[in-house]
Amino acid sequence: MSGLQLKNPVLRWIEYRLPIFSFLDHSLGSSYPSPRNLSYWWNFGSLAGLVLVIMIVTGIVLAMQYTPHVDYAFASVQRIDRDVNFGWLIRDIHMNGASFFFIVVYIHVFRGLYYGSYKAPRELLWMLGLVILLLMMATAFMGYVLPWGQMSFWGATVITNFFTAIPFVGDEVTTWLLGGPTVDNATLNRFFSLHYLFPFLIVGVVILHIWALHRFGSNNPLGIDTKGPQDSIPFHPYYTVKDLFGVGVFLIFFSLVIFYFPDALGEPDNYIEANPLSTPAHIVPEWYFLPFYAILRAVTFDFLWIIDAKLGGVILMFASIMILFFLPWLDRSPVRSAAFRPTYKWFFWILVLDCFVLGWVGANAPDAVFYGVSFVIIGQVATAYYFAHFLVILPLLGIFERPRALPASISEPVLSGGGLPAGAAAKPMEKA
Amino acid sequence: MKKLFALGLTAVLGLGAGAVQAAEGVAIPAHQWSFSGLFGTFDRAQLQRGFQVHREVCASCHSIEFISFRNLIDLGYTPDEIKALAAEYTVMDGPNDDGDMFERPAIPADRYPLAFPNEQAARAANNGAYPPDLSLMAKARKGGPDYSYALLIGYPEEPPADVELMDGMYYNDYFPGHQIAMPAPLFEGLVEYADGTPATVEQMAEDVTAFMMWTAEPNLETRKSMGVTVILFLLVLTGILYAVKKKIWSDLH
Repeated sequence: MSGLQLKNPVLRWIEYRLPIFSFLDHSLGSSYPSPRNLSYWWNFGSLAGLVLVIMIVTGIVLAMQYTPHVDYAFASVQRIDRDVNFGWLIRDIHMNGASFFFIVVYIHVFRGLYYGSYKAPRELLWMLGLVILLLMMATAFMGYVLPWGQMSFWGATVITNFFTAIPFVGDEVTTWLLGGPTVDNATLNRFFSLHYLFPFLIVGVVILHIWALHRFGSNNPLGIDTKGPQDSIPFHPYYTVKDLFGVGVFLIFFSLVIFYFPDALGEPDNYIEANPLSTPAHIVPEWYFLPFYAILRAVTFDFLWIIDAKLGGVILMFASIMILFFLPWLDRSPVRSAAFRPTYKWFFWILVLDCFVLGWVGANAPDAVFYGVSFVIIGQVATAYYFAHFLVILPLLGIFERPRALPASISEPVLSGGGLPAGAAAKPMEKA
Repeated sequence: MKKLFALGLTAVLGLGAGAVQAAEGVAIPAHQWSFSGLFGTFDRAQLQRGFQVHREVCASCHSIEFISFRNLIDLGYTPDEIKALAAEYTVMDGPNDDGDMFERPAIPADRYPLAFPNEQAARAANNGAYPPDLSLMAKARKGGPDYSYALLIGYPEEPPADVELMDGMYYNDYFPGHQIAMPAPLFEGLVEYADGTPATVEQMAEDVTAFMMWTAEPNLETRKSMGVTVILFLLVLTGILYAVKKKIWSDLH
């Protein structure tokens, strides 16, 4: 790739002392070669970055007006909505931004699952992404507590109660985390502090994530490595403009929700101030936690003497994400992209469906019934399938699946204009 | 406290099926509001009528704690009208230079006075029930304004024969569990509208619900009108970006 040529003497002066322009050029500019065949599914990484920035900026502004005290938090949010100039807009953006962050990131994760982006040599890239996801979840959970509505309070009470399930030291750990025996002012204060801190931890891990990405560059819909300059194009201007177009489309959807359905993704109960003496009829987490909530509730029986149902649910819930850290080694197939894995493709979509089922189960009361089947049963089957996908199906597919022939290079099908896979020139995939 | 936590947790973990009795109401009929839809706006005359219903009927038990007199400018009142209206109420102020609290007529900057000084007083005056604040009511219930409207007109002449009402409770078609501590608040001709609109139960319920939507979200109109501008702008911008993308990528194919 050609180096960066700076004409402006001031920029040259800076570049000589701090080579930041060539750094940017190598990171996002014309000196960063990217596969030429990235589809629109690859837009969601940059979109996640955009939402992170939106969340940090709106969050900093909101923090200037918010009061983290149990007696004033709810009223201070109402003041933001009513009396602060455009406060309602900033809050709507921040509140719905959390949902859109998860929408974007979940699509980003499932894109990685479909195209095998977690496979060698991108295992660390994948794992850093999972760390970001975990940090996002912690941040979102603590942020949801801050408005101090009924769901804020009861959600915090239920979630922090998980920690009491830890054997022997559960109660002590929970008291330490809450800053007292129950969710109270001390909890609200530390959640506010940590909610402000965690996004910057996310920024840190995002930098590592991008660093790891640049080591080998993006995976691509074919899942094969770039084999030469004919396979790649400079990131700038091709992907900068494609990402910008994606940003435009994203902002349209985001604006539709912000301006026309600002409360559609929230719970009405959170417009009632927190009241420790009144439990809402249904305590439900935000939609993006519903699948995990379903897994948590799926365990209704004790395993052994020490693992009771509650601890079992908590373990399983954490395991549902932890298992993804081992994905690069659970999936033994040498082929990355599901485009060439006829069986995996089906199981991928079943997994997507399974996650939606889990979310649906999480949204319903466990004692509710769907056509004679209790949601507990549906949740247990869906949970079992979720783990079976990773622990049974993927390892078996690695052995028994016959992948289709991979094209010789990225440029081949692209330049010949043909569909997938490229016919005659394709070399048969040897079974590993 | 501990018991409540245990209750919440068992309900959540699905250990105690039915620990929290799901008190689902019947389906809430949809109602057409002036503020519905992408271009919906408040009907100022309706808001003023709704405020009148609130002031003359609801306000004896229900507060609107997040509303100040000055906010009423949104309803189409003039500053002088608001000043005069505020002056009808007295509020506690102080301490003065002698260290004493004193009462004075309210000014537009004051909050609308609370119906009761605190929850205990409210419960004591209402047979143990707590009339909720109405500032956010239109957003704080599933169904929003449709629910409030349905509830207000949802008092049948006689409760169904098989229902045994608890002491001091009233039957409502839409309230979860159907037993509500609030007696039917509206009846024909309860208020005399300044604009001559006949004060039917449906009319008053609709007006006061529209008023509650305004108290819950005074910025609703700004939000919707700004949305049109923003989305039109984004459509154009995105169209241009698409054209630029096409142009830049054209040398690749």
